Amino acid sequence: MYKDGNLHQWPYPIRYNQETEVDTDVLILGGGIAGCWAAISAAKSGAKVAIVEKAATITSGAGGSGCDHWINTPNPCSKVTAEDCIDWERENANGYINGISRYIAAKESYDTLLEMEQIGGKIRDTDDEFVGADFRDEQTKFLFAYDYENKFHFRVWGKTFKPALYKECKRLGVKIFDRTMATSLLTDGGKQGTKVIGATGLNSRTGELYIFKAKATVMSMSRHSRNWAFSSELTGLGQFRPNIVGTGYAMAFRAGAQFTLMERSVRGNLSFGISYPSYGTGNAMNTWYPCTIVDANGKEIPWTDRDGKELTDFPQRTHPAKDQKLFAERGMAYKYRRPDITPAMQDRVKKGEFALPLYADMTGMSKMERRAIWGLMVGNEGRTPVPILKTYSQAGFNPDKDMLQNYLMLGGDWLRGENLSYVRIGGEGPGDSGGLVVDWNLKTTLDGLYAAGDSLFAGNYHHHAAATGRYAGRKAADYAKPMNNVKPTRRQINQEKQRIYAPIKRKCGIEWKELNAGLVRVMQNYCGEYKNEELLNIGLTWLKDIEKNVAPNLYAANPHILMRALGVLDILACNRMIIHTSLARKASSTYLGFNRLDHPKIDPPAHHKWVTLQQENGSVKTGELPIDFCGDMESNYEAHK
Amino acid sequence: MEKNIIYARPNPTSATRPVVFNPEICTGCNKCVNVCQTDVFIPNPIKRKPPIILHPDECWYCSPCIDVCPKDGAITLNYPLMWRIPWKRKDTGKHYWYGMKNPPPPNTRPMP
Repeated sequence: MYKDGNLHQWPYPIRYNQETEVDTDVLILGGGIAGCWAAISAAKSGAKVAIVEKAATITSGAGGSGCDHWINTPNPCSKVTAEDCIDWERENANGYINGISRYIAAKESYDTLLEMEQIGGKIRDTDDEFVGADFRDEQTKFLFAYDYENKFHFRVWGKTFKPALYKECKRLGVKIFDRTMATSLLTDGGKQGTKVIGATGLNSRTGELYIFKAKATVMSMSRHSRNWAFSSELTGLGQFRPNIVGTGYAMAFRAGAQFTLMERSVRGNLSFGISYPSYGTGNAMNTWYPCTIVDANGKEIPWTDRDGKELTDFPQRTHPAKDQKLFAERGMAYKYRRPDITPAMQDRVKKGEFALPLYADMTGMSKMERRAIWGLMVGNEGRTPVPILKTYSQAGFNPDKDMLQNYLMLGGDWLRGENLSYVRIGGEGPGDSGGLVVDWNLKTTLDGLYAAGDSLFAGNYHHHAAATGRYAGRKAADYAKPMNNVKPTRRQINQEKQRIYAPIKRKCGIEWKELNAGLVRVMQNYCGEYKNEELLNIGLTWLKDIEKNVAPNLYAANPHILMRALGVLDILACNRMIIHTSLARKASSTYLGFNRLDHPKIDPPAHHKWVTLQQENGSVKTGELPIDFCGDMESNYEAHK
Repeated sequence: MEKNIIYARPNPTSATRPVVFNPEICTGCNKCVNVCQTDVFIPNPIKRKPPIILHPDECWYCSPCIDVCPKDGAITLNYPLMWRIPWKRKDTGKHYWYGMKNPPPPNTRPMP
């Protein structure tokens, strides 16, 4: 970092304030899984497409460095229907799911998977490494995870996916703007609530401004993050993608789009900055399901079924219980609850029945299971092929002989540690977070703006990002066909330039990390596990003060830091969205992780609904939608697809 | 005799070397620089020298930088001390860990 005691000069040409205009038919904001699928789909529909991506599209985003599972996908090897898929998600979420996007995903996920194969992704055991495995369908060579009887969660070679999608985008002539952070939506007449006609983007290496003019825009910049938890020390060393800060939400909110579920949050954990390498400790969940866990003396920790009854053999971990139709990938709803390591494990350790530390013991499992968990799942999941499989193997780890230690034995969840009440997350891992309200075209409440992937309210998972991206892309392309590009107003562009370049105009000030840490403190104290009107209002007041009196002192020394600084301003915007929505939900809810001390009734039927949020003429407005506003899914899907 | 100059430099972040370059192998092609998700590197102003890790705190340990590198061994992942996990050999009960002195031989067949 330092050369002879001096700092290096910024190595890229500085082009602050310089403008470059780009005309396109369909503009994709965010080049992750959803964004790339939207781009491919729009391009195949004949549209001219541009992607705006903050990092490098080839391996960017949550699904960029790999993917092990393609879940919840009805397919010819399975009797599971789209309705089954919706039912288990609905059961787990007490009805708070995005019926629209989840149904679209359930209907189109298999076709999307096949298209992934055409594009160059490996989706089946073409090299015959798993012949004879209980989880393999011999005819199709598909491999399945979790419920081997119902075969609707695929095990895939997802490390091949993002690079293949990127190559396909290039092949189809999609223009990719890497190192470009989208900063605002451009609207017709520069007004809030009118049609979206494009976006502005900042190059994080040169600081130049891009003005994208589009006939249709797809918002695929994922969800909000770092609202309650932030490690200022090691911003990258956490569970979740460091580039994702909720900029997409802040942009759409400023433009007047409607959101819902923003009040949802669950206990998080120390994954921000401390935790452990993702799937790099011995455990029995997700990528590592259904690994055997033993104690320090080699004694196996029992697995139990949904009734708490101990399983007596391995196949019971991968088949539904007697009287159970199928089991889901996750979730506590009894109907679909999967087998798990006994919930009494921690108690039994404390009582002395099992000795710490615990280990994941693949050595005692069948060769096929060992190959699946280690060679295939860890070999393909995001951030695991090189960081875990290759690195640990180079260090001598051999799953045929070695047992990987687990640290998280006496509290919290297996993977990430103790869950803390004030370190909350908007959804992410254990559930689904707030996001953009859409209709059956995946169009937001703003004309010209579509949404896909984790930007969708209650959206989650790779397969969902892929399928909704693919759907939104073709919808956006259809919408764009008869349209002309609209010239953005000079005033809107100038206002945005003033906003985004403010931090580089001063010589010193508050840095982005301190601002993020301060914002997080506000949320922890005033929008934490237990809320009331007074606390939430104090929180809003303080956020307004920070926006008015602290944020104007934000300082950025170079374009990269400017990107980070602007990201934190978007976190501030998302924090306000969360608090406003929290004020409007006047009841407590278990699934929503929402405890109102001043409205303590838990999930009263009258409050089983969606609370919406948007801006109108600069004022925040909350409203509501009925829990089943998506309507009849089958008929709506058929009418709109 | 060269004078050893001591610099007044600020505290570093806790994980200063998320990846390590081998200057004998690295050709300074900068493919890693251009694939990094969080843009932690800057190219070295001296041509053909390894990139400089400008933002080690922002590294996500996703490793496309290692995948994209055309020269085996030019860049390797380096887990910080607080992220090193041990394992136990079942038959001997012996513990090993990433980064230990006298490590066991590498497992050259990662697929079991």
